[in-house]
Amino acid sequence: MINFPVGACPQDSTLWRKRYVKRDRLTPYLFVAAPLCMYSIWVIFPILQTIAVSFTKWDGMTKMKFVGLENFKRLVSDNYFGLSLLNNIKWMVGFVVLSIPVGLIFAMLMDQKFPGHKVYKSLIYLPMALSFVVIGQIWSWVLEPTGGVINTFFRFIGLEQFAKPWLSDPKIVTYSLIMAALWRQIPYAMILFLAGLKNVSKELVEAAIVDGATPAQRFWYVILPALKPAMVIAITVNIIDSLRAFDIVFVMTRGGPYYSSSVMANYMYVQAFHNYRMGYGASIAVVQFGITLGFIIMYLLNVLKREERE
Amino acid sequence: MKRFSKAFLFYVLSTLIVVIWMIPFIVAFFTSFKTMDEIFMLRNFWSPPRNWTIENFKIAWTEGRMQRYFLNTFLVTSISVLATLFLSSLSAFALSWYNFKLKTVILVIFVAGMLIPFQMLLIPVYRFSLATGLYDSLMGVILFHVAFQIGFCTFFLRNFMVTIPTSLFEAAKIDGANPFVIYSKIIMPLVTPAVAALSILEFTWIWNDYLWSLILLQSDSKKTVTIGLTALQGQWISSWNVIAAGALLAAIVPVTVFLIFQRYFIEGLTLGSVKG
Repeated sequence: MINFPVGACPQDSTLWRKRYVKRDRLTPYLFVAAPLCMYSIWVIFPILQTIAVSFTKWDGMTKMKFVGLENFKRLVSDNYFGLSLLNNIKWMVGFVVLSIPVGLIFAMLMDQKFPGHKVYKSLIYLPMALSFVVIGQIWSWVLEPTGGVINTFFRFIGLEQFAKPWLSDPKIVTYSLIMAALWRQIPYAMILFLAGLKNVSKELVEAAIVDGATPAQRFWYVILPALKPAMVIAITVNIIDSLRAFDIVFVMTRGGPYYSSSVMANYMYVQAFHNYRMGYGASIAVVQFGITLGFIIMYLLNVLKREERE
Repeated sequence: MKRFSKAFLFYVLSTLIVVIWMIPFIVAFFTSFKTMDEIFMLRNFWSPPRNWTIENFKIAWTEGRMQRYFLNTFLVTSISVLATLFLSSLSAFALSWYNFKLKTVILVIFVAGMLIPFQMLLIPVYRFSLATGLYDSLMGVILFHVAFQIGFCTFFLRNFMVTIPTSLFEAAKIDGANPFVIYSKIIMPLVTPAVAALSILEFTWIWNDYLWSLILLQSDSKKTVTIGLTALQGQWISSWNVIAAGALLAAIVPVTVFLIFQRYFIEGLTLGSVKG
């Protein structure tokens, strides 16, 4: 091990790095070569290829045929795609209006730090360690119409009319799936808010108490503004996740009954890998990607902005 | 007195939330220990088993072939995590300690890539695997996981590495150490906590993957636990007790890892999102 005299050298990194770079231009490229190469093969090129395939008619076996914007035109009049898109919007709204406030409430509660709060937190986090396949399976028993937990509960308290066939009624099936997904999504939002709450200045909160602010005022004028960065990230990530929803839909309902719970990701899979319509499937992926991209850029801008500040 | 009522409110609310939160777990837990008779007779999911049996776990493990799926998943996950961490530590080192032309571009591509919908990759990766003979092999799945996770891991490790004072690096350079020695002897030991956090996160993610095993694997002997669990659902359709046992088996490894290393897991998730 080399002994390094900490602080013996100039701390200004930019100056020093500039000098260093001249002698050592190749080294960084040697270090990124292998990772970047793999990343290109499995991530970057596939993105470009999918965009290219979306302009073709292709069954995956015979020759590809260039059809221009044909696939995208067909998407506009495809009712099942419309339904999938609408369901994705339901997922998005569901994630934002439920996982954000509930996650925040959980985080505020757990931030009280009474003895034992760690145990409570661990238990709430637990669904995050599960695969969506496991979550889907477990929730299908919670939602099961005859002996499932929810319906049994409603019958028990005499509200028979609320007992529903949660996964087979086309009108409510998407909401049931969102509910199952929220079980994993809420703890995630909660973690982000708990980290954000660490940035809330204790002095400011105490000053507000001294000044006679009510708990509601403290929350609104002191805590919430400090949580803004965490809030922006939580909302962006939740929206991106809602647009990526696949596993839970595929495992619990396969998008059924009659496509009523289909989402874009699931519809793409069905078109490309069950119906062998690769070109059409690719065009669905491109639309899904296009919508997501806006939020990805928002996320990137946020992260990079923070970098600059530091 | 105020402190007391606040504590009281905290415990009542938290207990209520956690009890509701745990219901799905309890349902799976009870179901997995029930006998077939009880499942058919009672047809409910909330009551505890009258006769506890571990038979279902044995069936899921042997007849349901969870044993095999476990081994596959273990191989895929451990190799993927190690390879991904190694490769991304290399790129993170370059991106945090050197100034070069494509630095920002590469970083943005890595960060953006981790957020894209998988559907954007499905067709080409599937075709590529078929063409290269990687289809239906664990290696094919491993290589994809490694490549895809490089994005997030590089971003994550880079964020740690930039916090190391540059003086360390410079001193080593003056002492005549070559870049690889600086990477392995100075930087890597300093980011061990970050590597630990990251490996926990990656372990649970890759262990729980479903889509890529679905796309890239076909034969039963190659299946991973998540795919195995859906196979179990097809094979033991109404034997909910066996399926529940299978689900708990599929969950036990990531849940254990999570409970033991929770601190790392949380640190991993919040870095790169809230702390930046």
